[in-house]
Amino acid sequence: MSLSLEEVKRIAHLARIEISDAEAVQTQGQLNDIFCLIEGMRAVDTEGIEPMSHAQDLMLRLREDAVTESDQHRLFQSVAPQVEGGLYLVPKVIE
Amino acid sequence: MINASLKELSAALATKRISSVELTSLFLDRIDKLNGELNAFITVDPDKSLTLAADADARIAKGDQAPLTGIPVAHKDIFCTKGWLTTCGSRMLANFTSPYSAHVIERFGAAGAVILGKTNMDEFAMGSSTETSFYGPVRNPWDRAFVPGGSSGGSACAVAARLAPAATATDTGGSIRQPAALTGITGLKPTYGVVSRYGMIAFASSLDQGGPMGRSAEDAAMLLNVMAGFDERDSTSLEREAEDYTRDLDRPWEGVSAGRPLSGLRIGIPKEHFGEGLSSDVAQTVDAAVAQFEKLGAKRVGISLPNSGLSVPAYYVIAPAEASSNLSRFDGVRYGYRASEYRDLLDMYCKTRAQGFGAEVKRRILIGTYVLSHGYYDAYYLKAQRIRRLIAQDFVEAFKQCDVVMGPISPTVAFRIGAKASDPVQMYLNDIYTIPANLAGLPGMSIPCGFGENNLPVGLHIVGNYFSEARMLAVAHQYQRATDWHRRMPAGV
Amino acid sequence: MLTMDWETVIGLEIHAQLSTTSKMFSGASTQFGAAANAQACAVDIALPGVLPVANKTAVERAIRFGLAVNGNSADNISRRSIFARKSYFYPDLPKGYQISQYELPIIKGGTIPIVLKDGQKRAIRLTRAHLEEDAGKSLHEDFHGMSGIDLNRAGTPLLEIVSEPDMRSGEEAVAYAKAVHSLVRWIDICDGNMQEGSFRCDANVSVRPKGSETLGTRREIKNLNSFRFLQQAIEYEAKWQIETIRDGGTIHQATVLFNPDTGETRAMRSKEDAHDYRYFPDPDLLPLEISDQWIDEVKRSMPDLPSQKFRRFTDELALAPSTAAVIISDRYLSEYFEAAIKDAPREVIRQSANWIAVSTNAKLNERGISITQAPVNPQQFRELIDRIADGTISGKSAKEVDDAMWAGEGTAGEIIERRGLKQISDSGALEAIVAQVIAANPKSVEEYRAGKDKAFNALVGQAMKATRGKGNPAQINEILKKKLAG
Repeated sequence: MSLSLEEVKRIAHLARIEISDAEAVQTQGQLNDIFCLIEGMRAVDTEGIEPMSHAQDLMLRLREDAVTESDQHRLFQSVAPQVEGGLYLVPKVIE
Repeated sequence: MINASLKELSAALATKRISSVELTSLFLDRIDKLNGELNAFITVDPDKSLTLAADADARIAKGDQAPLTGIPVAHKDIFCTKGWLTTCGSRMLANFTSPYSAHVIERFGAAGAVILGKTNMDEFAMGSSTETSFYGPVRNPWDRAFVPGGSSGGSACAVAARLAPAATATDTGGSIRQPAALTGITGLKPTYGVVSRYGMIAFASSLDQGGPMGRSAEDAAMLLNVMAGFDERDSTSLEREAEDYTRDLDRPWEGVSAGRPLSGLRIGIPKEHFGEGLSSDVAQTVDAAVAQFEKLGAKRVGISLPNSGLSVPAYYVIAPAEASSNLSRFDGVRYGYRASEYRDLLDMYCKTRAQGFGAEVKRRILIGTYVLSHGYYDAYYLKAQRIRRLIAQDFVEAFKQCDVVMGPISPTVAFRIGAKASDPVQMYLNDIYTIPANLAGLPGMSIPCGFGENNLPVGLHIVGNYFSEARMLAVAHQYQRATDWHRRMPAGV
Repeated sequence: MLTMDWETVIGLEIHAQLSTTSKMFSGASTQFGAAANAQACAVDIALPGVLPVANKTAVERAIRFGLAVNGNSADNISRRSIFARKSYFYPDLPKGYQISQYELPIIKGGTIPIVLKDGQKRAIRLTRAHLEEDAGKSLHEDFHGMSGIDLNRAGTPLLEIVSEPDMRSGEEAVAYAKAVHSLVRWIDICDGNMQEGSFRCDANVSVRPKGSETLGTRREIKNLNSFRFLQQAIEYEAKWQIETIRDGGTIHQATVLFNPDTGETRAMRSKEDAHDYRYFPDPDLLPLEISDQWIDEVKRSMPDLPSQKFRRFTDELALAPSTAAVIISDRYLSEYFEAAIKDAPREVIRQSANWIAVSTNAKLNERGISITQAPVNPQQFRELIDRIADGTISGKSAKEVDDAMWAGEGTAGEIIERRGLKQISDSGALEAIVAQVIAANPKSVEEYRAGKDKAFNALVGQAMKATRGKGNPAQINEILKKKLAG
């Protein structure tokens, strides 16, 4: 698997990480090295093997439907970059 | 005092030979003296620590002392700590004073332990050398020119340099065990699900586990007693009866006492972990350690973990995939770094994340984004999860023939700072022995077993079956009763 | 008309907010109308290190829905379903991903029966329904050129209900949406409040030449929050697509917004190529397993479904279908009816049904309230009907009594007493009055005997006048007939 520069830029956009052309070239090289490492596993026959997502074969624990949280917005917003009127401010969202 | 065990410290506090305030001050002074050079701590706040110490002294005076009451503990800066800066080694959180505490931090608080400070780490736990930290590299106390390992390099250094008697850390691909090995201390990664991940900033959700770092298996067991336990706020936290991880420490393996306390113990030695790539100094030291176990009565059994070689590729698909998703919340909107200049919303996201994250984190996010993207999910992520099952199955088979698996932690002893920084793949290959336990969710630990090239520490890897931590700690403890590697102290600290 | 060559194909995605107290994955409140971010806890704002824990009642609500759309059979309920992360960046999506369900949703399949205006019946198929969490809200009021984000809504449990593209007109789509709306309220899983955003419809619209088997490219109209807009938007969009194709253009997949002021649909400006959501199972959550035992418990606690009640009302109780349809349009109305007719004879049942379907319903609509808020309870209502059936009051007086009951003047008995509305049903008294009327109106008697039926009514009218309107008309009729015959 070898990534083109276009693909590097596309993924960077998907991940919302700005990347200059120079950075893209360097990253492309490094990512392709990493993909060489990963390629090794693709050749292995895993026919009939179930994917494993967790160590234990458990089922989801469910929570009783009850309000357990109180209003802490002042505390939480004390670490926010920009807040006004209790709202988080961001550059205008264009529909 | 700086070389006392946790049990000894607890006794000293109980008999008032020392107060928590005095003990905490002792370590704070050492940090003050040595941290500038070693860079093990990102945040130290003497006022806060001493206030907690005073509280602990009051509690002890009332006769309400738990094993860790009054004992200063350093916490990897990945654990959200209310009122403390919690940076995860990243510029992205360099301004983040956490409004809440992780479950692990709450448990130490309930036990009356003292928060000594927040330790340095690879950014977002991604690294094996603590060189990717926004706060600069941590230095190995055994030789300042060398790395302490990572990602929990700060915690490992703190314990090894006696800047803290104990520390917390996390392990996703080896981040407790490898730095423990490279700095000559004891570190344990529990079975997945034993320690709550609530408040432990997520890297790879299905692999991350918090665990203790200390100077002995006994200390690690006491720390694990505080850290482990069900937390309803973590859906992957296991609901099990509470365990006392110190309970087996002095028990011989099969109930036959004294001379050969590990008689009956079968140690699996995977042939795949002793092949090419393992440096000879490490191989010899580990082999000698196993021989020591045999002197204690254990039997060496040759085993095979045939899919071992696939663990690194599988890990470098699964971990970045989960990380890319876990790190999407860092967008400059609700907390953390926000770029100072941007044209619009899209630009704000892209600049914030480009500036807030370091190069290794960005690389892994890109890999993760790619392997999850449309058309590649089956070939990469799903494939890696199948290989994960193969690796777990290898251990299931292995544990039919042995009780614990032992081997090296790292292919080499610590390397020089900067030696592997420009080659990510070289760095990734460091994790080759530790990753399988994370993929399988098995408990693993590292204990010091000697020294290798440049007189740098070598660690022995012990992997046990699910939920066998107490037995593993017992095995390690018997080794530490018969040897003194774990008592060695680096020069100049 | 040129449009007759074309067929419109519509599928609906409905997001129903489940009526839970707390959020899908956190313990924050879901109550509507709180101050900005007062109900956004650490998990909802995605602080570093927080984790999701799933809400049991939200799952129970989904199970109810699964049973309700499958005739109470559970074979469309996945015993094992998976929560997946759906990734995209948006300020109202704090984690940068939404926890939803992808490959293994909790509900697979089901049908929603609809009845069109012309009486035609259709069964719209469901593709699936799955659990997910809602996003927060972007407020676009100008904060110095910025948007304000309120995360109170973030994490609210949603059931996303996806239909097959089975609908062929705006009318059908609305009938379907209304049927789903009615059903989710019936089984108490969603309050259906469209103004508050508890029930939101997205329509996928495409067109194709009539007779074609392949589907055209569809555009998705988002966030339609009224049935009227739903129909308008679909009709406009279909027309626009047909005209576009006819003019030689092609339809590109797009997300589209409806402007209620202009009645037009318009593709969203910031359109990128179709999102790559990078779905993968959420590693913070384990597979959701639902036992047969749990399903049985839910089944037992389910109310009868509208279709079941309809059958019982028309088959067993012999109500007219149109009357039954009105009564089952609201679950609480049907329960009101059932409570009122307990142990009632056939005639009382019939009268009650008609009364509720017409009079009670009108009063509810007038006052804009639901039956649960009505000032007259089923037992009080029953008393009124009993008094009609046993002749205590005439049908005309009954209306007056009913109005008085709704105005809070008391029970039927009290009002009848107080206002002296009792009909005269004493046969002795009535015989006497009828005899007087016959004696006083010989001309009418003669005309009646000569065959003029109108004369009979005149005599009845005289008798009613003599009783000051309180005579029991049926009895007067009977007595008069007897006397005139003999």
